[in-house]
Order: sequence, then C-alpha cells, then structure tokens
Amino acid sequence: MQLTNRSKEVSNKEMTMAEKMYLPAIVQGLAITIKHFFAKKVTIPYPEVKRYLGPVFRGHHILKRDEEGRERCTACGLCAVACPAEAISMVAAERKKGEENLYREEKYAAVYEINMLRCIFCGLCEEACPKQAVYLRHDKLVPIFTERDQVVYGKEELVEKMSDRYIRTNPDAQATPTEPSFSRSVS
Amino acid sequence: MEDIKPQLVKVTIDGIEVEVEPGTTILQAARKIGGNVAPPAMCYYQPLKGSGGKCRACLVRVAAGSAKDPRPMPKLVASCITPVQDGMIVENSTNEQVLTTRKAIVEFLLINHPLDCPVCDQAGECDLQNFAFNHGMATTRYEEERRTFEKKDIGPYIQLHMTRCILCYRCVYTADQITQKRVHGVLGRGDASEISTYIEKAVDNDFSGNVIDVCPVGALTDKTYRFKNRVWFTKPVDAHRDCPTCSGKTTVWYRGDEVIRVTARKNEWNEVTEFICNTCRFEKKKTSDWVIEGPTKISRSSVISANKYRGDLIKPDFQRKLAAATYTHVDDERDTSQLGIQQLTPERFAPVLPHANDPEP
Repeated sequence: MQLTNRSKEVSNKEMTMAEKMYLPAIVQGLAITIKHFFAKKVTIPYPEVKRYLGPVFRGHHILKRDEEGRERCTACGLCAVACPAEAISMVAAERKKGEENLYREEKYAAVYEINMLRCIFCGLCEEACPKQAVYLRHDKLVPIFTERDQVVYGKEELVEKMSDRYIRTNPDAQATPTEPSFSRSVS
Repeated sequence: MEDIKPQLVKVTIDGIEVEVEPGTTILQAARKIGGNVAPPAMCYYQPLKGSGGKCRACLVRVAAGSAKDPRPMPKLVASCITPVQDGMIVENSTNEQVLTTRKAIVEFLLINHPLDCPVCDQAGECDLQNFAFNHGMATTRYEEERRTFEKKDIGPYIQLHMTRCILCYRCVYTADQITQKRVHGVLGRGDASEISTYIEKAVDNDFSGNVIDVCPVGALTDKTYRFKNRVWFTKPVDAHRDCPTCSGKTTVWYRGDEVIRVTARKNEWNEVTEFICNTCRFEKKKTSDWVIEGPTKISRSSVISANKYRGDLIKPDFQRKLAAATYTHVDDERDTSQLGIQQLTPERFAPVLPHANDPEP
C-alpha cells in the first residue's frame, strides 16, 4: 500500500569497485571543501576589521563644539537627571572674561564625567540635551579597559577634538526655545 | 451676635461651590478649594500687600456676576484682584476661552524672556517654567531680537539678571514692606523698564535677601548659590535656628553633606509666609548652625523629587483618591456581631516577638 509519493525504492544493487573504495564520495566531499576556499567569508577578523554599525548605533559619548569651536555644554544637568543609570556627573563653573571663544554660554561644565561601567548606552542623555551638546557616536565604540580607574571618562576623553570633528546629520533636530539658532539659520 | 459675624458668600468655581468671607478675591476662593481649580499666579503674592493684577496669568471667566445681577462679565477678569460676590459663577480651566487666553499670556511673557533655563539657577523651581509647562506651547513663534541688559550685582549677595525679569513688581513690594523709605522700584516704560532706583540702598536692609525667594523667575538670584548645582540634585530639609532678627524657619538645601543654599519656607502656592534675614540666608551654611526638622515635602510632579527614592517625598495618593472617588457604600444589614475576632494581647507575643510592645520609632 502506498501512503505517499515520497517513498523510495531501495535498490539492492551491487556497488562497483570504485564505489566500494569510497572514491566518488571522497571526490564529492573534497569538491565541497575546495569550493569553500574560494567562497566569500562570512566572518571578519574583528579587532583589525570593524563592521559599519549603522547610522543609529549608540557608541562613544562626545561633547560637541559649535561651529566656532566653543563647547556647547552649559552643565544644565538634564542629561544627568535623565540618565537611568546615574552615570553622569558634572560641576558647573562661570565663564570668565576672555573665555568667550572657549565656552558658548556664561556657564560651562568645569568637570563632566561619565562612568562607562554604569552607562547602558540608552541614549537618553542625547535626547534630553537642550543644547545639542552630548551625542553618542555611531562610528566609535568605547574601548575595552583593564583597570577600574580607566572607566570614568572626563572631559579629555569626551570633548570633541577640533582635528576629529563628529558630524551627525540629524533631520529630526528642530529648533527648540532654548536653542533657537539651531535651524533658524538654515532657512 | 448674628449681625456682627460677616455673612458668608457662596461662589461656584468650576462647578465646585465654596463659602468665603465677603471681600475675598476669586483667586483666594479658588485656592480654598485647591488643586487644579486655583488659577496660576505670576505676580500676585498673598503676603505682599498690593501685589497682583499685572501679569494676567490668572484670568478667569465670570459666567454670572452675582445672584442679584446674573449677567456674565464682558471680558475675562484677573482673579487675583477681583473680589467675589454672592452667587458668582466662575469658570477657570473648564472654559476654552480661558485656556487659549492663558496660552497667549505665556507667549507674551516669554517674548522677552531669554529662555536660558539651562544656565539659570531658578530652573526647576521657576514659576514661569511651571506656568509655561502647564499652559504654554512647546515652540516659539518669536523671531525678533529679545531685549538684553547687562547683569548687575546688587550688593554682595544678590545678582540681578534684568533680561529674565517679567516685571511682576513682587520685589518692589517686598522692598516697600521691609524698608520705610521707598528705595526700590521700576524705571522706564515698556520693554525699557528696569528694576532699579537706589537699589544698592535696599540691599543694606537685613531682609533684602527675600527678593530672591519672591522673584518668580531667575531675575534675582543668590550669588552664594550661583552655578553651585541644579535644584534637582539638591536635597531640601526643613530646619530652624534661634535667630534674633527673624523667625529662623528655613529650608536648607543639601548636596551630600554640604549646605549649599538656605531659603525661606514656601507653602503649596510657592509663597513665603515668613521672611528670613540675610544672616540666616547667606551666612549660616553649616549643618551645625541648624536644627533639622525633617525632609521638606515636595510634590511628586516637581523635578526636585527626581531620583530621590524616599517614601516621604512621593505621595502615592492618586490611587487612594481614585478609590475614594469610586467608592460606593454598600448597604449590608447582615448581622456582624459575631465577626469580631478576639485579638491576642501584645503580652502574648512577648516570647516570640520581644520588640512587639516597643513604641514605633
């Protein structure tokens, strides 16, 4: 009785001499192996080669400077209050006469620290920032560390270098009442 | 005896009836009800005589003038200076016209306000911020230059940022109240008007620091607290000390173990009822100077309560209120005399729970 069409007639045919010595099977197997030598590799040698992580990846924090190279951060503390891991801390200071080319507003962050062990890279600080000052870079990961005293990042690690500026095209960014200059100049 | 006692008048605000003494303003009557019924106030300050009627934040609609003359008032009235009449019907947040007008008022107040909240020390406890958050728009339509002034030092302790001022005159009335001679006032007209006139003389007064507390925005700020920290990272504690000049009842703001600011105590309407002297405010910045009473009650909606995981700061009364509102009494006439379960006396617990009889800490 036939139940399905998939049933196969088992042949009880005598194998040839070559088949008995597994020669066709070895050749077939080798062909598959050799084919993979020339195929494209699916893995990458990670520390030397890095993958593009996409435009929305949240990596290393950066404290932006504005077009004239002044620090945008005014130490308003909104990133710290938004941070669910309480990783951010800062100390504010008043801008002195003659420092107008260093800091954008009359208050600036004298100390700005992010504890990378606490940070969960959620990006809420970026969302909370009213001055478009803190961003999580999409192109840079936080490097691995071996000592615990290396994980608290200060302003040296965080503030944008003028030689290595980070540009993020953010079409969603709108002028806010606290940052009216942001898109006004465009139109 | 009956005629000496003043006749109470009945007012209906947002559908809630309240009885107040004649001469009370609509705002005070609404505050008696409390909650959302009370209109916002930017310039009115109950302890300051003569304040109010300037900012128009508290505009309400009077749907019926009084029981004798039930015609509605033709325009919205400032509730802080309009006395109630018997049978008056007031619409506050239930009226669409009031809400749209309030939105426009926020826009007007913010026209010349620099919106430098990320820099301002008042941010987090600012009346204008709260007002704009509750009633205003999230965006600005204003594109012209805002008026700017140089910031000014008024004495060693107070700094004036005239750019942030909304000309509520509260500080002027405070100066009137604490000094005999008028030394503090507003000069100029329109957007050139400026808090000024012998202002350096007013700060000699022992109570001049109160203009900081009275200011609804960050125009008058404490120089000893300038850029020290944001209010929501500090912990307010009620404290008092034996002060020869003032009541000595204050709120002490801590950052860690360090006192970084001392202010007068504010009530639920953000008003200081007992002014404190400059010695208490600016010079007593050690914990040893104060007798701590306990943490200040902060409403849960305030940003000051953010990240402070203390039970006494958070008022979980919403569920309770909701339950009370939906509660209906069940008429149950069954015999409950047998339901009383005999309670074991505390002494019975003594062998297993030796501290059961201790009074609560």
